[in-house]
Amino acid sequence: MELILIFLSAALVNNFVLAYFLGICPFIGVSNKLSSAFPMGLATTFVMVLTAIVTWLIYHLILVPYHVEYLEYVSFILVVASLVQFVEMVIKKVSQPLYRALGIFLPLITTNCAILGLALFIVLKDYSFVESIFFGVGAGAGFTLAISIMAGIREELDLADVPASFRGAPITLIVAGLLALAFMGFAGMITV
Amino acid sequence: MSKKHVPLFTEYSKGLWDQNPVFKQVLGMCPTLAVTVSAMNGIAMALATTFVLVFSSFIISLVRTLIPNQVRIASYIVIIATFVTIVDLVMRAQFPDLSKALGPYIPLIVVNCVILGRQEAFAAKNNPLRSVLDALGMGTGFLIALASLGSIREVIGSRTILGVQILPDAFEPWLVMILPAGAFLTLGLMMGFLNFMVQRRKRREEAALLARHVPTPLIAAGEGAEV
Repeated sequence: MELILIFLSAALVNNFVLAYFLGICPFIGVSNKLSSAFPMGLATTFVMVLTAIVTWLIYHLILVPYHVEYLEYVSFILVVASLVQFVEMVIKKVSQPLYRALGIFLPLITTNCAILGLALFIVLKDYSFVESIFFGVGAGAGFTLAISIMAGIREELDLADVPASFRGAPITLIVAGLLALAFMGFAGMITV
Repeated sequence: MSKKHVPLFTEYSKGLWDQNPVFKQVLGMCPTLAVTVSAMNGIAMALATTFVLVFSSFIISLVRTLIPNQVRIASYIVIIATFVTIVDLVMRAQFPDLSKALGPYIPLIVVNCVILGRQEAFAAKNNPLRSVLDALGMGTGFLIALASLGSIREVIGSRTILGVQILPDAFEPWLVMILPAGAFLTLGLMMGFLNFMVQRRKRREEAALLARHVPTPLIAAGEGAEV
Protein backbone atom coordinates (compact mmCIF):
# COMPACT_ATOMS: atom_id res chain seq x y z
CA MET A 1 0.00 0.00 0.00
CA GLU A 2 2.79 2.35 1.01
CA LEU A 3 4.49 1.61 -2.32
CA ILE A 4 1.39 2.42 -4.36
CA LEU A 5 1.06 5.70 -2.47
CA ILE A 6 4.67 6.59 -3.28
CA PHE A 7 3.99 5.84 -6.95
CA LEU A 8 0.81 7.94 -7.06
CA SER A 9 2.37 10.77 -5.11
CA ALA A 10 5.32 11.03 -7.50
CA ALA A 11 3.14 10.69 -10.60
CA LEU A 12 0.24 13.02 -9.76
CA VAL A 13 0.32 14.98 -6.52
CA ASN A 14 4.00 15.96 -6.59
CA ASN A 15 4.36 15.76 -10.35
CA PHE A 16 8.03 16.37 -11.16
CA VAL A 17 7.34 18.80 -13.97
CA LEU A 18 4.34 20.72 -12.73
CA ALA A 19 5.03 20.86 -9.00
CA TYR A 20 8.83 20.63 -8.68
CA PHE A 21 9.83 22.27 -12.01
CA LEU A 22 12.17 19.44 -12.86
CA GLY A 23 12.67 18.55 -16.50
CA ILE A 24 11.31 21.82 -17.88
CA CYS A 25 13.83 21.92 -20.76
CA PRO A 26 12.54 18.79 -22.56
CA PHE A 27 9.02 19.62 -21.38
CA ILE A 28 9.15 22.82 -23.43
CA GLY A 29 11.65 21.73 -26.08
CA VAL A 30 10.30 18.30 -27.12
CA SER A 31 6.56 18.82 -26.64
CA ASN A 32 5.78 19.93 -30.19
CA LYS A 33 4.35 16.63 -31.35
CA LEU A 34 2.78 13.77 -29.46
CA SER A 35 4.67 11.27 -31.62
CA SER A 36 8.01 12.48 -30.23
CA ALA A 37 6.85 13.51 -26.76
CA PHE A 38 5.59 10.08 -25.75
CA PRO A 39 8.77 8.12 -26.69
CA MET A 40 10.79 10.84 -24.95
CA GLY A 41 8.72 10.25 -21.82
CA LEU A 42 9.27 6.50 -22.01
CA ALA A 43 13.03 6.86 -22.53
CA THR A 44 13.21 9.24 -19.56
CA THR A 45 11.22 6.83 -17.40
CA PHE A 46 13.58 4.02 -18.31
CA VAL A 47 16.66 6.08 -17.39
CA MET A 48 14.94 7.25 -14.19
CA VAL A 49 14.32 3.72 -12.95
CA LEU A 50 17.91 2.67 -13.74
CA THR A 51 19.21 5.82 -12.04
CA ALA A 52 17.13 5.15 -8.95
CA ILE A 53 18.58 1.65 -8.68
CA VAL A 54 22.22 2.52 -9.36
CA THR A 55 22.43 5.71 -7.31
CA TRP A 56 20.74 4.04 -4.35
CA LEU A 57 23.32 1.26 -4.46
CA ILE A 58 26.22 3.69 -4.84
CA TYR A 59 25.02 5.94 -2.04
CA HIS A 60 24.30 3.21 0.49
CA LEU A 61 27.08 0.76 -0.40
CA ILE A 62 29.96 3.09 -1.25
CA LEU A 63 29.45 6.72 -0.18
CA VAL A 64 27.95 6.09 3.28
CA PRO A 65 30.32 3.30 4.44
CA TYR A 66 33.38 5.34 3.44
CA HIS A 67 31.98 8.66 4.77
CA VAL A 68 32.37 10.48 1.47
CA GLU A 69 28.78 11.76 1.12
CA TYR A 70 30.14 15.05 -0.20
CA LEU A 71 30.99 13.25 -3.43
CA GLU A 72 27.26 12.74 -3.95
CA TYR A 73 26.80 15.23 -6.79
CA VAL A 74 29.94 14.31 -8.69
CA SER A 75 29.24 10.59 -8.53
CA PHE A 76 25.51 10.90 -9.26
CA ILE A 77 26.00 13.02 -12.35
CA LEU A 78 28.64 10.63 -13.64
CA VAL A 79 26.24 7.74 -13.10
CA VAL A 80 23.50 9.57 -15.00
CA ALA A 81 25.79 10.50 -17.88
CA SER A 82 27.17 6.98 -18.26
CA LEU A 83 23.71 5.39 -17.90
CA VAL A 84 22.39 7.55 -20.71
CA GLN A 85 25.37 6.59 -22.85
CA PHE A 86 24.80 2.93 -21.99
CA VAL A 87 21.09 3.05 -22.79
CA GLU A 88 21.88 4.74 -26.09
CA MET A 89 24.34 1.97 -27.02
CA VAL A 90 21.92 -0.82 -26.02
CA ILE A 91 19.02 0.67 -27.97
CA LYS A 92 21.28 1.16 -31.00
CA LYS A 93 22.26 -2.51 -30.86
CA VAL A 94 18.84 -3.97 -30.10
CA SER A 95 16.40 -1.90 -32.11
CA GLN A 96 17.45 0.33 -35.00
CA PRO A 97 13.95 1.85 -35.59
CA LEU A 98 13.63 2.83 -31.92
CA TYR A 99 17.14 4.27 -31.99
CA ARG A 100 16.30 6.39 -35.02
CA ALA A 101 13.11 7.59 -33.35
CA LEU A 102 14.80 8.49 -30.07
CA GLY A 103 18.30 9.22 -31.36
CA ILE A 104 18.46 12.97 -30.86
CA PHE A 105 16.59 12.96 -27.55
CA LEU A 106 18.73 10.44 -25.73
CA PRO A 107 21.78 12.65 -25.06
CA LEU A 108 19.41 15.39 -23.89
CA ILE A 109 18.31 13.20 -21.00
CA THR A 110 21.70 13.73 -19.29
CA THR A 111 20.93 17.39 -18.68
CA ASN A 112 17.34 16.66 -17.68
CA CYS A 113 17.21 17.93 -14.12
CA ALA A 114 14.43 15.45 -13.35
CA ILE A 115 16.93 12.57 -13.41
CA LEU A 116 19.45 14.10 -11.02
CA GLY A 117 16.55 15.52 -8.99
CA LEU A 118 15.18 12.01 -8.59
CA ALA A 119 18.50 10.73 -7.26
CA LEU A 120 18.73 13.65 -4.82
CA PHE A 121 15.16 13.26 -3.60
CA ILE A 122 15.75 9.58 -2.90
CA VAL A 123 18.65 10.50 -0.60
CA LEU A 124 16.68 13.38 0.92
CA LYS A 125 13.58 11.31 1.67
CA ASP A 126 15.65 8.35 2.84
CA TYR A 127 13.73 5.80 0.76
CA SER A 128 14.48 2.09 0.96
CA PHE A 129 15.65 0.22 -2.14
CA VAL A 130 12.18 -0.97 -3.21
CA GLU A 131 10.61 2.40 -2.40
CA SER A 132 13.23 4.09 -4.59
CA ILE A 133 12.26 1.92 -7.56
CA PHE A 134 8.57 2.76 -7.14
CA PHE A 135 9.47 6.43 -6.74
CA GLY A 136 11.44 6.27 -10.00
CA VAL A 137 8.61 4.57 -11.89
CA GLY A 138 6.11 7.08 -10.51
CA ALA A 139 8.24 10.09 -11.37
CA GLY A 140 8.75 8.73 -14.89
CA ALA A 141 5.04 8.09 -15.33
CA GLY A 142 4.30 11.62 -14.14
CA PHE A 143 6.82 13.08 -16.58
CA THR A 144 5.40 11.03 -19.47
CA LEU A 145 1.87 12.09 -18.55
CA ALA A 146 2.76 15.79 -18.32
CA ILE A 147 4.78 15.93 -21.54
CA SER A 148 2.12 13.94 -23.47
CA ILE A 149 -0.73 16.17 -22.30
CA MET A 150 1.39 19.21 -23.17
CA ALA A 151 2.13 17.87 -26.66
CA GLY A 152 -1.56 17.17 -27.23
CA ILE A 153 -2.45 20.74 -26.27
CA ARG A 154 0.32 22.22 -28.40
CA GLU A 155 -0.82 20.30 -31.47
CA GLU A 156 -4.18 22.04 -31.07
CA LEU A 157 -2.48 25.33 -30.27
CA ASP A 158 -0.84 25.35 -33.71
CA LEU A 159 -4.28 25.96 -35.18
CA ALA A 160 -5.13 28.77 -32.75
CA ASP A 161 -4.65 32.45 -33.50
CA VAL A 162 -2.03 33.37 -30.89
CA PRO A 163 -0.84 37.03 -30.75
CA ALA A 164 2.50 37.35 -32.53
CA SER A 165 4.47 38.33 -29.43
CA PHE A 166 3.19 35.31 -27.47
CA ARG A 167 4.08 32.64 -30.05
CA GLY A 168 6.59 29.99 -28.99
CA ALA A 169 7.90 29.93 -25.44
CA PRO A 170 5.52 32.47 -23.79
CA ILE A 171 2.27 30.71 -24.75
CA THR A 172 3.81 27.35 -23.88
CA LEU A 173 4.63 28.62 -20.39
CA ILE A 174 1.12 29.99 -19.93
CA VAL A 175 -0.40 26.67 -21.01
CA ALA A 176 1.95 24.93 -18.56
CA GLY A 177 0.70 27.29 -15.86
CA LEU A 178 -2.91 26.32 -16.55
CA LEU A 179 -1.89 22.66 -16.56
CA ALA A 180 -0.18 23.15 -13.18
CA LEU A 181 -3.39 24.71 -11.86
CA ALA A 182 -5.31 21.65 -13.04
CA PHE A 183 -2.83 19.32 -11.35
CA MET A 184 -3.29 21.26 -8.11
CA GLY A 185 -6.60 19.45 -7.94
CA PHE A 186 -4.61 16.43 -6.76
CA ALA A 187 -3.02 18.39 -3.91
CA GLY A 188 -3.66 17.00 -0.47
CA MET A 189 -5.04 13.77 -1.89
CA ILE A 190 -2.01 11.80 -0.70
CA THR A 191 0.59 12.96 1.78
CA VAL A 192 3.76 10.90 1.69
CA MET B 1 42.54 32.54 -31.44
CA SER B 2 39.51 34.70 -32.00
CA LYS B 3 39.68 36.24 -35.43
CA LYS B 4 36.64 38.44 -35.06
CA HIS B 5 37.53 41.47 -32.93
CA VAL B 6 34.75 41.60 -30.41
CA PRO B 7 35.33 44.33 -27.82
CA LEU B 8 35.84 42.89 -24.34
CA PHE B 9 32.91 44.86 -22.97
CA THR B 10 30.57 43.31 -25.53
CA GLU B 11 31.54 39.85 -24.27
CA TYR B 12 30.15 40.95 -20.92
CA SER B 13 27.18 43.04 -21.98
CA LYS B 14 25.66 40.63 -24.51
CA GLY B 15 24.46 38.38 -21.68
CA LEU B 16 22.51 41.19 -20.05
CA TRP B 17 19.87 41.56 -22.73
CA ASP B 18 20.70 40.53 -26.32
CA GLN B 19 21.39 36.95 -25.30
CA ASN B 20 19.76 36.96 -21.87
CA PRO B 21 19.84 33.30 -20.81
CA VAL B 22 16.26 33.24 -19.52
CA PHE B 23 14.30 35.66 -21.68
CA LYS B 24 16.11 35.17 -24.98
CA GLN B 25 17.70 31.72 -24.90
CA VAL B 26 15.03 30.10 -22.68
CA LEU B 27 17.69 28.16 -20.77
CA GLY B 28 17.90 27.28 -17.08
CA MET B 29 14.15 27.16 -16.66
CA CYS B 30 14.06 24.79 -13.69
CA PRO B 31 15.75 27.03 -11.10
CA THR B 32 14.17 30.12 -12.65
CA LEU B 33 10.67 28.84 -12.03
CA ALA B 34 11.27 26.90 -8.86
CA VAL B 35 13.05 29.30 -6.52
CA THR B 36 11.54 32.66 -7.47
CA VAL B 37 8.89 32.55 -4.75
CA SER B 38 10.64 35.59 -3.29
CA ALA B 39 13.17 38.11 -4.60
CA MET B 40 15.75 37.03 -2.01
CA ASN B 41 15.67 33.38 -3.11
CA GLY B 42 15.97 34.41 -6.74
CA ILE B 43 18.99 36.61 -6.05
CA ALA B 44 20.71 33.94 -3.94
CA MET B 45 20.13 31.32 -6.63
CA ALA B 46 21.46 33.62 -9.36
CA LEU B 47 24.59 34.46 -7.32
CA ALA B 48 25.29 30.79 -6.64
CA THR B 49 24.85 29.99 -10.32
CA THR B 50 27.09 32.88 -11.35
CA PHE B 51 29.83 31.68 -9.00
CA VAL B 52 29.75 28.20 -10.51
CA LEU B 53 29.50 29.58 -14.03
CA VAL B 54 32.47 31.96 -13.69
CA PHE B 55 34.83 29.49 -12.04
CA SER B 56 33.98 26.55 -14.27
CA SER B 57 34.28 28.76 -17.38
CA PHE B 58 37.72 29.87 -16.19
CA ILE B 59 38.97 26.35 -15.48
CA ILE B 60 37.48 24.84 -18.62
CA SER B 61 38.90 27.52 -20.85
CA LEU B 62 42.33 26.92 -19.26
CA VAL B 63 42.24 23.19 -19.96
CA ARG B 64 40.26 23.35 -23.20
CA THR B 65 43.14 22.14 -25.35
CA LEU B 66 43.95 19.23 -23.02
CA ILE B 67 40.51 17.59 -22.99
CA PRO B 68 39.91 15.03 -25.76
CA ASN B 69 36.82 15.85 -27.77
CA GLN B 70 34.96 12.60 -27.01
CA VAL B 71 34.95 13.00 -23.24
CA ARG B 72 34.54 16.77 -23.08
CA ILE B 73 30.93 16.79 -21.83
CA ALA B 74 31.73 14.35 -19.03
CA SER B 75 34.81 16.40 -18.05
CA TYR B 76 32.82 19.64 -18.04
CA ILE B 77 30.15 18.08 -15.83
CA VAL B 78 32.72 16.84 -13.32
CA ILE B 79 34.32 20.31 -13.13
CA ILE B 80 30.91 21.95 -12.73
CA ALA B 81 29.83 19.40 -10.09
CA THR B 82 32.99 20.15 -8.09
CA PHE B 83 32.17 23.85 -7.89
CA VAL B 84 28.54 23.11 -7.08
CA THR B 85 29.68 20.95 -4.16
CA ILE B 86 31.79 23.89 -2.91
CA VAL B 87 28.83 26.29 -3.16
CA ASP B 88 26.53 23.84 -1.43
CA LEU B 89 28.90 23.22 1.50
CA VAL B 90 29.64 26.95 1.94
CA MET B 91 25.95 27.86 1.87
CA ARG B 92 25.06 25.13 4.34
CA ALA B 93 27.70 26.47 6.75
CA GLN B 94 27.19 30.21 6.29
CA PHE B 95 23.52 30.65 5.29
CA PRO B 96 21.63 27.64 6.69
CA ASP B 97 18.18 29.26 6.22
CA LEU B 98 18.80 30.15 2.60
CA SER B 99 20.27 26.73 1.96
CA LYS B 100 17.14 25.12 3.40
CA ALA B 101 14.84 27.36 1.34
CA LEU B 102 16.59 26.49 -1.92
CA GLY B 103 16.75 22.80 -0.98
CA PRO B 104 17.67 20.40 -3.78
CA TYR B 105 17.84 23.22 -6.33
CA ILE B 106 21.39 24.10 -5.25
CA PRO B 107 22.79 20.67 -6.24
CA LEU B 108 20.66 20.87 -9.36
CA ILE B 109 22.83 23.77 -10.58
CA VAL B 110 24.98 20.93 -11.97
CA VAL B 111 22.45 20.26 -14.69
CA ASN B 112 21.53 23.90 -15.30
CA CYS B 113 21.65 24.14 -19.09
CA VAL B 114 22.92 27.74 -18.89
CA ILE B 115 26.21 26.54 -17.42
CA LEU B 116 26.85 23.56 -19.67
CA GLY B 117 25.62 25.60 -22.62
CA ARG B 118 28.16 28.38 -22.02
CA GLN B 119 31.01 25.88 -21.61
CA GLU B 120 30.13 24.17 -24.86
CA ALA B 121 29.34 27.35 -26.80
CA PHE B 122 31.96 29.72 -25.42
CA ALA B 123 34.54 28.63 -22.85
CA ALA B 124 35.66 25.66 -24.97
CA LYS B 125 36.63 28.02 -27.81
CA ASN B 126 37.87 31.20 -26.14
CA ASN B 127 40.68 32.35 -23.86
CA PRO B 128 40.19 32.55 -20.07
CA LEU B 129 39.71 36.34 -19.93
CA ARG B 130 36.93 36.35 -22.49
CA SER B 131 35.34 33.26 -20.97
CA VAL B 132 35.21 34.85 -17.52
CA LEU B 133 33.70 38.04 -18.95
CA ASP B 134 31.15 36.02 -20.88
CA ALA B 135 30.29 34.01 -17.76
CA LEU B 136 29.93 37.19 -15.68
CA GLY B 137 27.61 38.67 -18.29
CA MET B 138 25.45 35.57 -18.49
CA GLY B 139 25.37 35.42 -14.68
CA THR B 140 24.24 39.04 -14.48
CA GLY B 141 21.57 38.39 -17.10
CA PHE B 142 20.40 35.43 -15.07
CA LEU B 143 20.36 37.62 -11.96
CA ILE B 144 18.25 40.27 -13.72
CA ALA B 145 15.73 37.65 -14.82
CA LEU B 146 15.48 35.89 -11.46
CA ALA B 147 15.38 39.08 -9.40
CA SER B 148 12.61 40.63 -11.51
CA LEU B 149 10.55 37.45 -11.64
CA GLY B 150 11.05 36.93 -7.88
CA SER B 151 10.07 40.54 -7.09
CA ILE B 152 6.88 40.37 -9.17
CA ARG B 153 5.82 37.08 -7.63
CA GLU B 154 6.70 38.23 -4.11
CA VAL B 155 4.91 41.56 -4.34
CA ILE B 156 1.66 40.11 -5.68
CA GLY B 157 1.86 36.83 -3.78
CA SER B 158 2.79 38.14 -0.35
CA ARG B 159 2.72 41.98 -0.58
CA THR B 160 6.47 42.36 0.07
CA ILE B 161 9.78 42.82 -1.76
CA LEU B 162 12.86 41.46 0.03
CA GLY B 163 10.69 41.15 3.14
CA VAL B 164 9.68 44.86 3.14
CA GLN B 165 5.95 45.40 2.83
CA ILE B 166 5.10 47.34 -0.34
CA LEU B 167 1.37 46.88 -0.85
CA PRO B 168 -1.16 47.88 1.88
CA ASP B 169 -2.95 45.29 3.99
CA ALA B 170 -6.12 46.00 2.05
CA PHE B 171 -4.57 44.16 -0.91
CA GLU B 172 -5.50 40.50 -0.73
CA PRO B 173 -2.38 38.48 -1.77
CA TRP B 174 -2.87 36.21 -4.76
CA LEU B 175 -2.03 32.80 -3.45
CA VAL B 176 -1.55 31.46 -6.96
CA MET B 177 1.55 33.62 -7.48
CA ILE B 178 3.61 31.70 -4.93
CA LEU B 179 2.33 28.34 -6.17
CA PRO B 180 3.93 26.51 -9.12
CA ALA B 181 1.19 27.65 -11.52
CA GLY B 182 2.01 31.29 -10.77
CA ALA B 183 5.62 30.79 -11.80
CA PHE B 184 4.67 29.50 -15.24
CA LEU B 185 2.02 32.18 -15.77
CA THR B 186 4.22 35.08 -14.64
CA LEU B 187 7.21 34.06 -16.75
CA GLY B 188 4.98 33.41 -19.77
CA LEU B 189 3.33 36.82 -19.48
CA MET B 190 6.68 38.58 -18.88
CA MET B 191 8.25 36.98 -21.95
CA GLY B 192 5.20 37.81 -24.06
CA PHE B 193 5.25 41.41 -22.85
CA LEU B 194 9.00 41.79 -23.54
CA ASN B 195 8.52 40.34 -27.04
CA PHE B 196 5.68 42.78 -27.58
CA MET B 197 7.89 45.75 -26.58
CA VAL B 198 10.73 44.59 -28.83
CA GLN B 199 8.43 44.06 -31.78
CA ARG B 200 6.74 47.42 -31.29
CA ARG B 201 10.07 49.20 -31.24
CA LYS B 202 11.11 47.36 -34.39
CA ARG B 203 7.87 48.39 -36.10
CA ARG B 204 8.43 52.02 -35.06
CA GLU B 205 11.96 51.97 -36.44
CA GLU B 206 10.79 50.47 -39.72
CA ALA B 207 8.04 53.06 -39.94
CA ALA B 208 10.54 55.84 -39.28
CA LEU B 209 12.86 54.45 -41.96
CA LEU B 210 9.98 54.23 -44.40
CA ALA B 211 8.89 57.78 -43.61
CA ARG B 212 12.12 59.19 -45.00
CA HIS B 213 11.59 57.57 -48.41
CA VAL B 214 7.83 57.78 -48.91
CA PRO B 215 5.96 60.93 -50.02
CA THR B 216 4.18 62.82 -47.27
CA PRO B 217 0.48 61.96 -47.82
CA LEU B 218 1.24 58.27 -47.35
CA ILE B 219 2.91 58.92 -44.00
CA ALA B 220 -0.11 60.81 -42.76
CA ALA B 221 -2.33 57.89 -43.72
CA GLY B 222 0.06 55.43 -42.10
CA GLU B 223 0.19 57.37 -38.87
CA GLY B 224 -3.57 57.63 -38.79
CA ALA B 225 -3.83 53.87 -39.02
CA GLU B 226 -1.27 53.46 -36.23
CA VAL B 227 -3.37 55.51 -33.81
